[in-house]
Order: sequence, then structure tokens, then C-alpha cells
Amino acid sequence: MQYSSKVMEHFNNPRNVGEIADADGVGNVGNPVCGDIMRLYIKVKDGIIVDAKFKTFGCGAAIATSSMVTEMVKGKSVDEALKISNRAVAEALGGLPPVKMHCSVLAEEALRAAVDDYYKNHPEQKPK
Amino acid sequence: MKKIYLDYNATTPVHPEVLDAMLPYFKDFYGNPSSVHSFGQETRKAVEDAREKIAKFLGAENPSEIVFTSCGTESNNFAIKGTAFANKDKNCRIITSTIEHHSVIEPCEYLSKKFGVDVTYLPVDKYGIVNPDDVKKSITEKTVLISIMYANNEVGTIQPIEEIAKIAKEKSITFHTDAVQVVGKIPFNVKKTGIDLLSLSGHKFYAPKGSGVLYVRKGTKLHPLFHGGSHEKNRRAGTENVPYIVGLAKALEIAHRDMDKESKRILALRQKLEKGILEKIKYTQINGHPEKRIYNTSNISFNYIEGEGILMSLDLEGFAASTGSACTSGTLEPSHVLSAMGVPPEKAQGSVRFSLGHYTTEKDIDKLLEILPKIVERLRSMSPLWEDRIKSIKNAK
Repeated sequence: MQYSSKVMEHFNNPRNVGEIADADGVGNVGNPVCGDIMRLYIKVKDGIIVDAKFKTFGCGAAIATSSMVTEMVKGKSVDEALKISNRAVAEALGGLPPVKMHCSVLAEEALRAAVDDYYKNHPEQKPK
Repeated sequence: MKKIYLDYNATTPVHPEVLDAMLPYFKDFYGNPSSVHSFGQETRKAVEDAREKIAKFLGAENPSEIVFTSCGTESNNFAIKGTAFANKDKNCRIITSTIEHHSVIEPCEYLSKKFGVDVTYLPVDKYGIVNPDDVKKSITEKTVLISIMYANNEVGTIQPIEEIAKIAKEKSITFHTDAVQVVGKIPFNVKKTGIDLLSLSGHKFYAPKGSGVLYVRKGTKLHPLFHGGSHEKNRRAGTENVPYIVGLAKALEIAHRDMDKESKRILALRQKLEKGILEKIKYTQINGHPEKRIYNTSNISFNYIEGEGILMSLDLEGFAASTGSACTSGTLEPSHVLSAMGVPPEKAQGSVRFSLGHYTTEKDIDKLLEILPKIVERLRSMSPLWEDRIKSIKNAK
């Protein structure tokens, strides 16, 4: 199995590792049976995701997709962020081996879970 | 950067003496061993000399009990399907274990799906050991085969083979053992142990990939898988792979020559490795039996992180190790062996197998012990499970 250089680069130097103590939304997805657990934190200001951080238990691809998705959402509005698909994350990483595509799905799910949590904490922001 | 290979259970490099023994049989002595002319006579002699040598090292009664195959997987398929086909009028049943290599489990699954063969998969204890009493209790009148591996490839646990063989013998049931991880590492005697069928693979002990043997005790009912010639006394059609057969015999000879010295040397290195890891890295466990384990194998769970990340980080530092079996590295489920031993999924996902061998040095282990703690620390700093753990400790205070 071969990872792209971009995946290796994000695995080695992941962006935005950590937690946000006063996060507006936190998404927890995955389970140890499938081998991956992702936790994604977002900080939202005026409808814009101003910060995103992650913690991930998982393979190299899981860490790289977590890193990439945090990079992609920063600066986007919550609405725009929700349009980021798992394919877009995988493409931004120069592709993933077929057996690892589920990692990008998990990254998308983590993002959606974080946004859901944000709307739960800030129901007034939820689009009608 | 010096590359350091710690994955000898996956495969080994060909020993230089083995290569030297093989080379003449590619270009100078190339006759078909079945041919009548002198070209054939030369290679026939090489094949039969190899057979005799291998028979001696395995403790076989007769060289004709050695059947050459292409690999361990073929030997396992041959033993299992061959026994089932030879007993097809019996509504046969097979007893095996949950921790076998996939080349045993999948032929069993195939037989039960396509031919209605009833297969019992015996559980193991927390060390990965099959209880001989379970074997005894599972036997019925229809049982035609008991197949239990000699030592497990992922954790190295050695099974009570003599006891199980004895039970099989009392009931006149064929006993097969997948000894791929044992041959060339520890001495044994097929005849004394009471083994009917034994699989081995050359590339696990410094012979080339593509060489294997199935030991078939005289009188064992077994159908061939390959048809198309009278090779190997009608048990395995196909022109003998002369250079590889020569290489396999040479490798086994070298392994037995050096076994005493090598086993002690490698065991000391493994002890150093395990002691070092347990001392330097918290929240780690060794999987497998503390003593009943092949001396070169170490399977370690690093809690709160996942194995592939460790392997990738090690690879960047020049180290080769593996998670579970190389044959299953494309799958997502935690190792079936660790699961059967009751290791919880998150710890099974965080396991790495180091398997040492001929070229492993003390320096290699020292370097690993220097690098590994940093890798584990970095991955833990990214892990939500580690974060939760630290928070729960803080809250408890």
C-alpha cells in the first residue's frame, strides 16, 4: 500500500493538532473496532469557523485526513464547510488508497458532528 | 540511513550459502528431473538428496514422506482440502482453531460453504493456547482432521502439539500442523510427536519465496490438489522446482547447524527489546505466552494509539515491523488472533509485531529503544483516547 507524498507530509507534520477549551462545537466519530476515532473541535465567530483542531486515534490516513479537514474548514462559513465532501478531502491529499477511503468519510462525519454540536449549543444560529 | 529489518516472520532474505547452493541448478544443471537422460538424472539426484536431508531434519521415517510444494499456503490447502476430499463419503468434520493463519481458516470456510463440511473453530486462552481437552470434547465419529498450528505467526505462542497429536492418534484422526513459523527455529520430530501432516515454508528460514513442503506420514489418506503427472508419487503434479528445492534443503541444514547458537542470541535480543520497551514506555503489554513462545517474536500493544501510525513512523526511521500478518494488512478489523485471545479492539489496533532474525544486532535494538518512545509519545499527543485518560486522571484528583 502506497500513500501519496501529501498524506505522508500531513501524517508527519499534522496541522491543528490539539483541543479548543472553549470550542463552540465538538464532533466525536468512529470506534476502535474499525480502528479510527476522530475528535474535531470548531470555534465559530459571526458564522465563520475561525479555528479548528483535532485529536485522532487511527492510521496514517486518518491522521492526514483529520489534519486536512481542519485546514479546509478554517475561514469558511459553517454553511460552506458543510459542503466539503469526503472526496474533496481525499483529493486535497492527492488521493487515498481504496482501503483507506473510509478515513475521508470519517473526516466528513466528524465535521458534520462538530457542526451539529455547534447548532445544539447555539440553536439561534441554526438555519431555519 | 541504515535500514533495520524486524519482520522476519513475514519473510527472510535468502542466506548467501543457500543462494550458492541453488545457482548451478538454474543454468548448468537444468534437466527435467523426470527425464531419462543424464540431464534429468543429475537434477533427479539433487531433488532426492534434498528430500533425504529434509526428511532427516524433520525426523520423518522415510524421505518419500516429503512432498515439495510451492509455499506454506499451498501446503495448508493441500493438507486440509486433500484430507476432506479423501474422506468425502464420510460427511466429514474438521477441528481447527480460531487463531490459525488465513491459509488454514479460508480453505476450511470454503469446504464448509461449498461442500457442507462441518468445521469447529476452537477458542484459545488469553495467551493464545488451545486447550487439548477442548480438542478431545469436540471429536465426533465424523471428525477426519484436526489442524492446529505449531506456533502462531502474530504472537508466537507455541501450542501443546504433542498432547493434541496424541488425542488425534487415539481416535485415528489425521493430525495436521501448520509449522511455518517453527521449522528452522526449534527442533522437533514428526514421528515421535505423532504428526501426520506438517506444512512448512522455505522463505521463513532463509530459503527463497516459492518453496514449501508438506510432510505426509506414510498411510495418511490424502487426495492431490494438482493433477497432470506422476510427480511426487502422484501427490503433486508439476515439474519439480529444482533450484528452490535444493535451496530449501540447504537452508534447513544451515538452520539446524546454527540453531543452538542463534536461538540463544536472538532470545537475548528479544528480552532486551521487551524489557526496554516495558521500562521506557508506559501502558504497553506483551501479547502471547511469556515462556511458551518462539524466541524471535514479540507482539506488543501500545495503548491509546493505533499500530499503523507506529509502523509508518518506524518506517521513516528505517525500521520494518508489522501489525498482525502481512497477509491481512489491507483489512480494517483488528487481528483475529488478538481478538480470539480476548484483547480488546483498541488494544489490538495498537499492536505491533517485531520479529527478529539472523541479521538483527544489539545495536539495532538499542536504536529502536531510542526511537520508539518518541514515536509513541508523538502519536499519543494526537490521540483523543490519551486526552480522555489525562482528563480523567485530573478529574480524579
